[in-house]
Amino acid sequence: MATLKRQNNRKPDEMRPFSAKVGIIPNAQGSAMWQQGGTIALAAVYGPKEMHPRNQRDAERGTLRCNYTLGSFSVEERARPGKNRRAMELDKIIEWALLPVIDLHKFPNQVVDVHIHIIQADAGTRCAGINAAAMALAHAGIPMREIVSSVACGKLDTTLVLDIDKEEEHYPDGEGSTDIPITMTASGKITHMQLDGKISSKQLKEVIEMARKATQQIYEVQKKALKEAFD
Amino acid sequence: METSKLTAERIRKYLQEEKRFDSRKLTEFRNIEIETGISKNAEGSARVRIGKTEVVAGVKMGVGEPYPDSLDQGNFMVTGELLPLSSERFEAGPPRFPAIELSRVIDRALRESKFLDFKKLVIKEGEKVWTVFVDIYTINDDGNLLDAAGLAAIIAMKTARFPKYDEKTGKVLYGEFTDKKLPLTDILPISITFHKIGDKVIVDPTREEEDVTDTRITIGSSHGSISSMQKGEEHALTIEEMNQVLDLVEPAWKELFKKIEKYIK
Amino acid sequence: MTNQKQEQENKRQIVIPGEIIQTGEDFLPGEGTEKQGKNIVALRYGLLEEQNNLVKVIPLSGTYIPRRGNVVIGTVSMLTGNGWVIDIGAADNGFLPVSEVPRYVNKNAMNEVMDVGETMVAKIWAINGRGIDLSIKMRGFGRVDEGMIIQINPNKVPRVIGKEGSMINLIKDNTDCNITVGQNGFVLIKGDKIDNELLARRAIDFIVEKSYLNGLTDEVTKWFAENKNTLKGTR
Repeated sequence: MATLKRQNNRKPDEMRPFSAKVGIIPNAQGSAMWQQGGTIALAAVYGPKEMHPRNQRDAERGTLRCNYTLGSFSVEERARPGKNRRAMELDKIIEWALLPVIDLHKFPNQVVDVHIHIIQADAGTRCAGINAAAMALAHAGIPMREIVSSVACGKLDTTLVLDIDKEEEHYPDGEGSTDIPITMTASGKITHMQLDGKISSKQLKEVIEMARKATQQIYEVQKKALKEAFD
Repeated sequence: METSKLTAERIRKYLQEEKRFDSRKLTEFRNIEIETGISKNAEGSARVRIGKTEVVAGVKMGVGEPYPDSLDQGNFMVTGELLPLSSERFEAGPPRFPAIELSRVIDRALRESKFLDFKKLVIKEGEKVWTVFVDIYTINDDGNLLDAAGLAAIIAMKTARFPKYDEKTGKVLYGEFTDKKLPLTDILPISITFHKIGDKVIVDPTREEEDVTDTRITIGSSHGSISSMQKGEEHALTIEEMNQVLDLVEPAWKELFKKIEKYIK
Repeated sequence: MTNQKQEQENKRQIVIPGEIIQTGEDFLPGEGTEKQGKNIVALRYGLLEEQNNLVKVIPLSGTYIPRRGNVVIGTVSMLTGNGWVIDIGAADNGFLPVSEVPRYVNKNAMNEVMDVGETMVAKIWAINGRGIDLSIKMRGFGRVDEGMIIQINPNKVPRVIGKEGSMINLIKDNTDCNITVGQNGFVLIKGDKIDNELLARRAIDFIVEKSYLNGLTDEVTKWFAENKNTLKGTR
């Protein structure tokens, strides 16, 4: 296997520096920021509150409504303001990544709004968004079984890597780049996984092991940020 | 919960004694915090906090054709979004009137004041010009989003630099920046909104105070010269009240200028 | 001990969802927790409280959760045929039926008793499938005609009231104001001087900010001694 050269001499299983802060938006019930390398995501949670329009109310269970927006100046080539198909899909992907740890039966007829906005993008925006959203939901006092943590795993040529950055997304050599964003609970259950590229089942199993270790590290930083929120 | 009628009456009563809930003077701004370069992919960016209100703005540049009626000038566009993450009052979806008004009012202040020299944005007259985009996002609404947005836009533009441009291919090399700043003049078109509550005029209302506003006027000015104005909301002003507002423009501008000076050197 | 060190010692432990708080048969899972095998696990974010063997998580954040018996301050959002819909800042609205008003109400002139946008102090006397039922039959409850309403994090209300009202009485004594604290985080302040109302408001902001401290009453007494005579706030 060829030795892979990453920017800043990153090892294959090395993530970019990451940090978090909770309570950054006073108006929201819960809010948080997650930074991973050059990607910065903000999340704010409003609710639980009455669900409008009324015809979308569910008497059995509440609704988690996610809204992802990519800032126009967060990327190199300006992203036209407005919701495109990618963002609409991400709304649902993020909702599914968060739902398994939330008991919707605890707030029937109500809605919890999760808003995620990307201020600066350098790949892994959905993962950063999910990390921020998980902290914001906890901060908002939403009953949750666990925190979820997300990491953009992948493969560059034949080497399995953690935390692919923007340049690596266009990896030119060999098998190119395979993107595998994964979200796991603190106890190791997978709540979200996507893939595009080329990989064998055997390697994919290894990627999942890498993701487990990485999400545990991310969880520690999320936990610390939540505990320090009321300083 | 909307600011109740009770609080509205209290705000009016306090104003009669020229007092505000946070002990500020009528023409006093809250604490202002500014950060530049908050978004690395933008050609220029800034975050402005006025009290708890927070707004971010970013400059992106592109190359394209000039408008047919201004072949010797570059293009300029301001957009604004009231992000739902900044307030329970804002819904997800395309910009509604308040966001549109915000972007158009800031656009006018910046454009009409001749702050940006459009002629210096030309690459090849009639064929290729630079377009400067200024995009504004609200992050937390505690009143006076408009003035915060205007400040963020100015500072983002002041700190912006051109990306590299390959003349041969006609492509912009995003991510590679030059040292060349935007062609800006000495004008500093700061927008200040004056709010009339009862017969008193205040600047920089908090969310509670803004809910009680009878009418407001946003004035974009620089060194005493007014370049844009917008009166909004439902009530009328007497001529005396308007004159009172006009007398406040220059001192308010000076106070804000002192606060942002160091970020625009 | 420096002030900072004192503050650190006085803080209690914050737990996050999924965190294992205690292990073993000796402990019982209280509010905000769940028994999973031998472990007691937190199911929400908040302050850990262990009383004897009962383990609870006290919320530090989140919207107001209405409870029977709560005193709330709310605003009329709508009039219906037989009562008023009241916004109490919770996920559900409260409802004040005509029958829970201590005077005769002309159903054609309900807005004369209370109109949209007006504020009242009410008690939650029932929470059922239909919603949150309010009453203003008791003395001291009803429409508020004047005063200042401020909004605080509802989870901080116990600190603002204090043990057996010790904190709220401290504020009242030092500001000559009438203060009603709604469990829903809305506080009504009424004084005969604006400066006194402003002082009460700032005192409450101070309490909310320092709510994690033990011995908060002493801190607030000190705060009043320092701030009472400054008519202008520190801005």
